Amino acid sequence: MKFNILIFTHATATHYPMNYLASIGSYAIMVREVFKKPTKWRIMKSLILKEIDDLIFGSLGIIIFISFFIGGVVAIQTALNISNPLIPRNLIGFATRQSVILEFAPTFTSIIMAGKVGSYITSSIGTMRVTEQIDALEVMGVNSLNYLVFPKIVAMFFYPFAVAIAMYIGILGGWIAGVFGGFSSSADFVEGLQLDFIPYHVTYSFIKSVVFAFVIATVPSYHGYYMKGGALEVGKAATVSFVWTSVVIIILNYVLTQLMLG
Amino acid sequence: MIEVKDLHKAFDGSPVLKGISTVFEKGKTNLIIGQSGSGKTVFMKCLLGLIIPDSGTICYEGQIYSQLTPEQQRDLRQEMGMVFQGSALFDSMTVEGNVMFPLEMFARQSRSEMQDRVEFVLRRVNLADAHKKYPAEISGGMQKRVAIARAIVMNPKYLFCDEPNSGLDPRTAILIDNLIQEITREYNITTVINTHDMNSVMEIGEKIVFLKDGIKEWEGTNRDIFRTDNEAVSNFVYSSELFKKVRQMYLEERD
Repeated sequence: MKFNILIFTHATATHYPMNYLASIGSYAIMVREVFKKPTKWRIMKSLILKEIDDLIFGSLGIIIFISFFIGGVVAIQTALNISNPLIPRNLIGFATRQSVILEFAPTFTSIIMAGKVGSYITSSIGTMRVTEQIDALEVMGVNSLNYLVFPKIVAMFFYPFAVAIAMYIGILGGWIAGVFGGFSSSADFVEGLQLDFIPYHVTYSFIKSVVFAFVIATVPSYHGYYMKGGALEVGKAATVSFVWTSVVIIILNYVLTQLMLG
Repeated sequence: MIEVKDLHKAFDGSPVLKGISTVFEKGKTNLIIGQSGSGKTVFMKCLLGLIIPDSGTICYEGQIYSQLTPEQQRDLRQEMGMVFQGSALFDSMTVEGNVMFPLEMFARQSRSEMQDRVEFVLRRVNLADAHKKYPAEISGGMQKRVAIARAIVMNPKYLFCDEPNSGLDPRTAILIDNLIQEITREYNITTVINTHDMNSVMEIGEKIVFLKDGIKEWEGTNRDIFRTDNEAVSNFVYSSELFKKVRQMYLEERD
């Protein structure tokens, strides 16, 4: 049992902002513990299905809504900034595709998910901590980290499907805004979509989304699991978790882009 | 039986437990009492393995907890039942789901056998009609009884209760105390109760350990507590006028 040591480490790191290394260390130990002493498959299966429903299907509405309008805005912004008649109108479709596939679908959606799913994960696990439900699991001999966090990690591996939907809807939003806004013809837009298409960019985007999915599942879990205090602290932990999840996503986005496209 | 020897625990350099040694006997309701901040909760969490003591040993029927592997510690914990102060029921599960949970996790039984066992323990705690209700839909006393049912469903060797009757009316508190004592005797388990409640001390205190500032100040039975000349125990137990009078009457009757 290391969790009381981890709580101390986490608290120390929270009180002394320079001590980030301690937090990273306790986060790494937490991730290792998640994969130890697995829960019975029969129970785990139902937990995973529930988390897929809560985390993925429950987020599709907001993902579709945001992607549609972001795609539309990208198309309009691109069209409004093309003042030179020598620049072909198919650039609108091209720019929409590139922006949506490379950044907006995987990264922007992940930041939204860090807010929606991340705060849900932190507050639900944090509430279990303050109401001693996690202690109850530990006393029963259950590996509470495996029971609580592992299903979320597995569920979030379905996140690339949500990102694929975000890509499709984003481009659809761009097409609707471009064509029905009178900025481009449908033929020009579709030509731009097909122009210099590099399939590896989609692979890059999916790889990023898998990494972000792991971050969205584990960083908020860490903040919920090791939190101390009462109801007010649950709210604070959810806010801190959103900030840190976003920071980690943005840093990893830079690192992965440099590694895979640089 | 649980034997505790020279248990020490400090947080951030401040000692909370200072060399506690005692024995909690099988088939008896063992009570830990003391003022807030005396170290009761830390002591109980050490017994449960939720906090690792700095030094000292806790021995469960000959097995020293700190010498067990993490897997053996988890196996041992499956022999423990715990009733938390706030009940700690899983909000997302029904009463039946909560009681069934340890069986689903660890028991090698068929679904119908598990169902029978859940029925039996819910009847034992007088909650035969609450199967499908959620914790938020039942009273505090009923939640405590569900917590007791969940704690005993695996036939534990050790039962720990952290202030089991806090927040309950006196009548329900007595029912909970009696239920715990009956279960302790019926299944011959080692029960350790952390309490502030003087009614519990008088009613079911077959062995009482009084903690003060992290030290075991006194131990004895509920009968010994009437006769004790330990000032700290007297000040704590007889802080109310009612209990002072009860003690006086007891001593007069005895004389």
